[in-house]
Amino acid sequence: MSDPARESDVETKARRGRNIALALGLALFVVLIFVVTLVRLGANVTARPL
Amino acid sequence: MAMATAQSTTRAPARWQDFLQLLKPRVMSLVVFTALTGLVAADQPVNPILGAVAILCIAVGAGASGALNMWYDADIDAKMRRTRGRPVPAGRVQGADALTLGVVLSLFSVMLMGMALNWVAAGLLAFTIVFYAVIYTMWLKRWTAQNIVIGGLAGALPPVIGWAAVTGTTPLNAWLLCAIIFMWTPPHFWALSLYTSEDYQKAGVPMMPVVAGASSTRRQIWIYSLLFTPFAIAPAFTGLGGVAYLAVSGLGALVFLLLAWRLYRSKAGEAGGQRNDPEGKGGLYDVRAGAKDARNLFAFSILYLALLFATLLVEHLAGLPALEVF
Repeated sequence: MSDPARESDVETKARRGRNIALALGLALFVVLIFVVTLVRLGANVTARPL
Repeated sequence: MAMATAQSTTRAPARWQDFLQLLKPRVMSLVVFTALTGLVAADQPVNPILGAVAILCIAVGAGASGALNMWYDADIDAKMRRTRGRPVPAGRVQGADALTLGVVLSLFSVMLMGMALNWVAAGLLAFTIVFYAVIYTMWLKRWTAQNIVIGGLAGALPPVIGWAAVTGTTPLNAWLLCAIIFMWTPPHFWALSLYTSEDYQKAGVPMMPVVAGASSTRRQIWIYSLLFTPFAIAPAFTGLGGVAYLAVSGLGALVFLLLAWRLYRSKAGEAGGQRNDPEGKGGLYDVRAGAKDARNLFAFSILYLALLFATLLVEHLAGLPALEVF
């Protein structure tokens, strides 16, 4: 009889899928903030008084 | 307790697709489409990256309110044929996880909209999410037969948010796009509820056919159709739509009114009649034979709204001139 506390293959696969989706979502968010910062501030940075 | 334990051990684990389903991707795609139309119809130059971020924020905000809706409505969803396979009532996702996803995505979408675009758009987005998740889902839906009439505002606001994202303002034409969706919602949803009222009754949701009966619902659909069609044509006379829009909205309005009239004269939603698909496999016309008129209006209402916004979108993208009536 299998150990009920141990994850089955299906559960492991599902967890792996959720982790990858979360990682991709977070990476996308970081890239998004970076790009938005460049777009919003880019022009102002070059125009600032030195 | 024993049953719950047995269920929890046999329940399928949550996949990432289940969390995606919480965001109601089909509703999201309609929201993206109408928001994009508002953004483009504003006729103001916008950095394409910021434009895309605005649409993404609106889409994620809509998805977040969908997740909050699925968290709160799990008890209702479990009783209805159309919704019982959703992740929370089906037991694939915990209610608390759906709530967390909804709250986190709401905060992120509103904050990003505010920082990347402007706070008028962010405020409207926050209002839309709260209106849908709290005012509609938690209050109106279970309380009054006018639930989808008032609650329809949440679905009608995305073009205004899109417009505000690029201009920081919400002129009359933006609110006209909102009014079109707002007035379209009652005939659209009531036509659907005429042939799904058994489900709503079972779930205790006071949809119009359950509360006022089929005959009254058909009459109200007809009245709302009469009120809706002038709004649908109006952009051709307010400097928003061109010749193509006038043609599409005018011809579509005639068909819409014809279908609404046929529905009004039909027996759709009345007790009796045989289900075309007794096994309930969910085909296109899996409705009682007398409810075909309701199904026709429901199907055409989706096509008509899509055509209205698509025509406006194309006209503005192509730079076609608006009609100069006044």
